[in-house]
Order: sequence, then structure tokens, then C-alpha cells
Amino acid sequence: MARLNVNPTRMELKKLKARLSTAVRGHKLLKDKSDEMVRRFSAILKKTKALREEVEQELSSTLRQFAVARSVTPAHEAEAAFSMPSVAVAAECDTESIMGVDVPSVTLSSEKRSDGLPYAYSEITGEADYSVGKAAALLPRMVELACSEKSVRMLAEEIERNKRRVNALEYVMIPQLEETIKYIKDKLDENERAAVVRLMKVKSKA
Amino acid sequence: MKGKMAIVGDGDSIMVFKAAGVSTFAAEDEKKAREILRKIAKEYKIVFLTENLARPLGEFLKRFDEEPYPVIVSVPAAGGSEGYGYDVLKNAMERALGVDILFRKD
Repeated sequence: MARLNVNPTRMELKKLKARLSTAVRGHKLLKDKSDEMVRRFSAILKKTKALREEVEQELSSTLRQFAVARSVTPAHEAEAAFSMPSVAVAAECDTESIMGVDVPSVTLSSEKRSDGLPYAYSEITGEADYSVGKAAALLPRMVELACSEKSVRMLAEEIERNKRRVNALEYVMIPQLEETIKYIKDKLDENERAAVVRLMKVKSKA
Repeated sequence: MKGKMAIVGDGDSIMVFKAAGVSTFAAEDEKKAREILRKIAKEYKIVFLTENLARPLGEFLKRFDEEPYPVIVSVPAAGGSEGYGYDVLKNAMERALGVDILFRKD
């Protein structure tokens, strides 16, 4: 490991020692942070996977059902019937902090729909009502999935970044500082010995 | 902070969500989807994207990971799930942990 390019003086030694202790402390803190982030990450990951399984299953069945319902109505009629949404879903978007990472947290404002089907019953078959209802019921879980998946992605990024910091400290910064400190110490000791020897020689001549 | 939701996908998959109160944007291919996403990313907080479009746009979607919003998430299209959502999870897990704790078969 290359040592830093500094003058071997007592001043530098003192400065480097301070830097080393900061680096060691920072390394410990970052490592703890990394451990905790991984723990949280695992929990969210498991939750996300379960949620995704659920959503994918439900959504697939909803879409299949909807396809059936739609197939019995002419395409342009269905288009017209569905393109006028009677309910607007509003989402309350906030952020929460997981280990210093701002992740989204959304709650759907539950403006209870008054049986909010956007079309007249005569236009579309009952099958469609059912699938629209199902889709609406699925929406909160889809939103939850969206949030937790985003959290997973953001946390993964942050964990990676943090790991890189920890490694840089552990394998580059700290060894470098230690080696430089050792070099300065050796150099100072050497100077001291030289001074002593010089003094002895001068004394023995006198 | 109030946010709006949107879904981007092909016509069959998204129509049912229109009735459920989500804004819908039809996109038949990835190029169109990318354009739409660019346009609506500021306005909408949560965007659902069907899997068949999300997969080719994987790299493009990464740039949204820096900020909490917008949240862009893939959902299965009418044709059924292709497992892209799991791939995303797996990818994140491998990057963060380096080991497989979910999908490993013992």
C-alpha cells in the first residue's frame, strides 16, 4: 500500500493520527449502518415478494375476466363505456425515511365510491361490473406494492453505495494512514538515534 | 402532497383501470411508452407499467430510482405474468446482499 506523500514531522504525525482515529470511527459507524440496512432490506424484500405474488395472481385473473366481459360487447361500445371514469382515486403521497433513505409512502384517500361504475347497467354485462370492482379493490394493494418495490430498489442502491464506502475506508484509507504513521515514526526515531550518536561522538572527542 | 396515478400499457390491459379511476395512457410499443413516461413523470406520482413494456425499458427506469417519486412499477399485462417483477426484486437483492435469500431452491 502506498503511503501518503507527507513530510516526516511531528506535526504531520499528530494530524495523521487524528485522521486515522476519525477514519476508524467512521468505518465502524458505516459498518453498523450497513448491517441495519441489510436487516431492514431483507424484511421489506420478503414483504414485497409476497405482495407481488398476490397482486400478480389477482390482477391476472381480473384481466382475464375483463377480457371475457369485453368480448361480449362490441369494441367501440366498450371503449365509450369505460372511457368516462366516474371515480377519481386520489393518493396521498409522503416520504418516510428508512435509515436515511427517503422512500415513498402512499395512502389512498378512501373517498368511498357510491357504487362507482362509470356506465349504465344496460350497456355492459355484469361480468364487467365484477372485474371493475375487483380492479378497484386491488388498487390499494397495487399501490402498496409499488411503494415497497420502490423502497427495495432505493435501499439496494444505498446499500451498494454504503458498502463501497466501507470498503474504501477498510482497504484503502485506513491501511494508508497506518503505513504513513509508521513511516513517520521510524523516520523520527532514526533522527533521534542519529542525534544521540552525534552527541556521543562530540563528547568523546572533547 | 396529493398525487395522481396512471397506468401505461396496451389497450386491453388498461381499460379496466380507467373504470376504476386511474388515468390511462395507451402505448403499443416501448418507444411510445418511453415518450409517455417522460411526459407524465412530473405530473403523476405512481405509474403502473405493463410488463411487456417495462422489460425493454429496464435501463431507462433505473434513472427514477434516485428520487422517491415518481414510483414506476411493472404489473402483468393481459397476457399474464412473465415474471419481470421477480427479476427486478432478484436484481436488487443480488446487488445489495450478494446472496439469494428468496428464490433459492433448497
